[in-house]
Amino acid sequence: MAKLRIERAAAPLWVRPLIPVIAAVITLALTATLVVLAKANPFEAYYYFLVVPLSSWVSAIEVLVKSTPLLLTGAAVTFAFSAGYWNIGAEGQLYAGAIAAAWLGTVLHEAPALVAIPIMLLGGFVAGMLWALPPALLKVKLAVDEVVTTLLLNSVILFVVSYLLNGPWRDPVSGWPQSPEIAASAILPKLLPRARLHLGFIVGLLIILALWFVLSRTSLGLKMRATGLGMEAARYAGVNVGRAILTAALISGGIAGIAGVSEIAGIHFHLIDAISPGYGYTGIIIAMLGGLNPFGVGLAALFVGLLSIGGQTVSRALGVPAYLGDVVQAALLLVTLGAFIFQNYRIRWIADEPRSLPPLPASAENDLETN
Amino acid sequence: MLAIQMRGITKRFGPVLANDRIDFSLEQGEIHALLGENGAGKTTLMRILYGLYHADQGEILVDGHLAHIPSPKEAITLGIGMVAQHFTLVPPLSVAENVVLGYTKGLRFDPGAAQQHVAEAAARFGIKTDPAAIVRHLSVGECQRVEILKALYRNVRALIMDEPTSVLVPQEVDVLFETLERLRGAGLSVIFISHKLNEVMAVCDRITVLRQGRVVGTVDKAATSQIELACMMVGRETFGVTRRGESPQGEARLRLESLSALDRKGLPALKEVSLEVRAGEILGLAGVSGNGQAELARVLAGTLKPTGGRILVDNRDLTGADPTCFLVAGVGRIPEERHESMIGELSVAENLVLECLDEFTRNGLLDRRRVRQHGEQLIAEYQIKAQPTDRMRTLSGGNVQKVVLARALSSKPRVILASQPTRGLDVGATEYVRDKLLEQRDQGVAVLLISEDLDEALALSDRIAVIYEGRIMGVIPAGEASKEQLGMMMSGAWEVTRGETEN
Repeated sequence: MAKLRIERAAAPLWVRPLIPVIAAVITLALTATLVVLAKANPFEAYYYFLVVPLSSWVSAIEVLVKSTPLLLTGAAVTFAFSAGYWNIGAEGQLYAGAIAAAWLGTVLHEAPALVAIPIMLLGGFVAGMLWALPPALLKVKLAVDEVVTTLLLNSVILFVVSYLLNGPWRDPVSGWPQSPEIAASAILPKLLPRARLHLGFIVGLLIILALWFVLSRTSLGLKMRATGLGMEAARYAGVNVGRAILTAALISGGIAGIAGVSEIAGIHFHLIDAISPGYGYTGIIIAMLGGLNPFGVGLAALFVGLLSIGGQTVSRALGVPAYLGDVVQAALLLVTLGAFIFQNYRIRWIADEPRSLPPLPASAENDLETN
Repeated sequence: MLAIQMRGITKRFGPVLANDRIDFSLEQGEIHALLGENGAGKTTLMRILYGLYHADQGEILVDGHLAHIPSPKEAITLGIGMVAQHFTLVPPLSVAENVVLGYTKGLRFDPGAAQQHVAEAAARFGIKTDPAAIVRHLSVGECQRVEILKALYRNVRALIMDEPTSVLVPQEVDVLFETLERLRGAGLSVIFISHKLNEVMAVCDRITVLRQGRVVGTVDKAATSQIELACMMVGRETFGVTRRGESPQGEARLRLESLSALDRKGLPALKEVSLEVRAGEILGLAGVSGNGQAELARVLAGTLKPTGGRILVDNRDLTGADPTCFLVAGVGRIPEERHESMIGELSVAENLVLECLDEFTRNGLLDRRRVRQHGEQLIAEYQIKAQPTDRMRTLSGGNVQKVVLARALSSKPRVILASQPTRGLDVGATEYVRDKLLEQRDQGVAVLLISEDLDEALALSDRIAVIYEGRIMGVIPAGEASKEQLGMMMSGAWEVTRGETEN
């Protein structure tokens, strides 16, 4: 009887760039059931979801605004993951950067923008790095699992933010739990008139470029990739594995910190406790969707930005819950991860064969005949 | 009860012939050892018997009837059980739950009854275990007893133990042997896979020796000795190969002084090892595998810190130094496991520069043009069938080994540490690797060749050292070595005491 067989075989090279695209199509097909349950036409819904946001300048630019923190957290997570350091703490490191920005933004009110903005970016980078330091040290020195420690520190920093906003930084005028407004010179300049798109987007693109450069063109990048892809072999070849992991972890934290700066100095102008609706976690989705390739990560960030704006659009137009966007994101991650596994296999149709034994070399066959 | 016969079993994996027309028989109530080096085909043969692999040719008879064993389920139905090296227990569950898992009827599970059943089974075979204990809290030896109990609970009458002592500390080994003897007393049969001569002699009734996928012979314990077994395991028919050329020897390049180290279990693996390798010689380190060779290689690669003694390269103390220091001091390393030193997802060119990245870096930037040129040059020089940009994992074993060799030799090392450099290679690649090592020797490099293939050690070495249970049994000129002498040294029966190792 003919049957199907699953074999281990890598997908051909030309298929690989298509995998995220195939994953996206499968995801949309899967989530269509939810759209139907919400009593809407899936085709119409996906039109509002994916096409409408790009059909007007205003909403297309809003997609870029939404993508800005995602470019940064995606780059941050990619950097750490490339060295095999599973930083789940980009969310917390983003908040560390945001705290630094809210503080520096008020302290630097006399400095001109050319001074204030670089200091803010640097300050956010350092703050993110510091927040990433304890788990990285624990990992390198004591082999403590970084997935747990980085994740738990995310909750810790939310309490720090809550303390600041309900204590020393509470707005003296309104009494709201929000920090004082940052100085005008500390605000990231707008890129376009009458739109929220700000300098943070350019910073995000530059960091993606830097990520590509470091990973593929520098000795540090090769050491990091070697550590991530084969730690034992890297150590054997004389790579200082601990240092590579520590560097990757700290730079990753620093980039996530810049995402915090970008949100404070580009969008909110003061610290509130809802700066991020989980940009740090979404960064993980983006890093995986982009296959840890810097340009793939850039595209994934833009795509996920589109999904969240699209979620709002479709919800307004058709009355579908806005959570649909989140569901699509989550489903997309699962399907993509699945696709990355399945690309190593192929399914073959096995027709009827008289014998399924592999062919024997001539000598063995002679033996059979003489027996 | 149960007798098993395997006839003409042949199994190939791609081009590798893992089992070549193997005949094997197990009588009831015997402990039968399957002895051989790593890669001799022991585990493959037993996986076929247990239904995990399917033989390309050959047949299996159980109690005289032709048996078809497509999966472990059928093997267990026939009364054949296997305890693998890696346990398949569920840590948070109790011993009793683990034992009955998958062997319960109906939807209801009665923990009390299960514990009672398991306690009865344990008592019947004299296995000490607490059915209520949680597996996570058990020692490795106790887990192994649970695995054995699991097989017995399924009415297995022939038990395959795959290198059961490799995970145990010595006291646990004694307990295991008692258990096995009790099973034999109860009329069960045991197949004991091992490469340790003393254990085989301690507990087994008959011994079948495999080498390179073939049966060398089956002997009764009473009629053999450790020495004979050692010779069967490592020797070949072509013993006494002609050796090629002598070369003048220079000063001591690599000196080990009373070097000691622990293995992964924390037990002593190297005990006061003293050796010296001179410029222009190959010192072969022979021995049955698992006697400290792997640890010695790791210590000399800088990936395992010794617990005592000194390592000197050109009189420079490298004790406890990291891999970079060994590289800088001029130690070229060819590791036992090729993937231990090569990264499959990086390109060939990247792997080739990994040990000397600083030479290809300017101001932190990788000079990609030179990296590629370096790759192209070595690929041409070492006849590697690959492009510089190919992923390492796409290369065949022989080509991977050539990359390993190219990387180690391109840095112009003063000392070469070659660990099983030809294992798993085809004839052509083997010949190539050996030529390269001899070439290095002729250029005045000091080569330490760790080889479990005695013929290789004899053919290439100028002097041969034998290691047994972490100690050097002696160093003798390869020209004077006899099969008997080496066999006795490898089995620990004879130690050369002529001050060779003192100095």
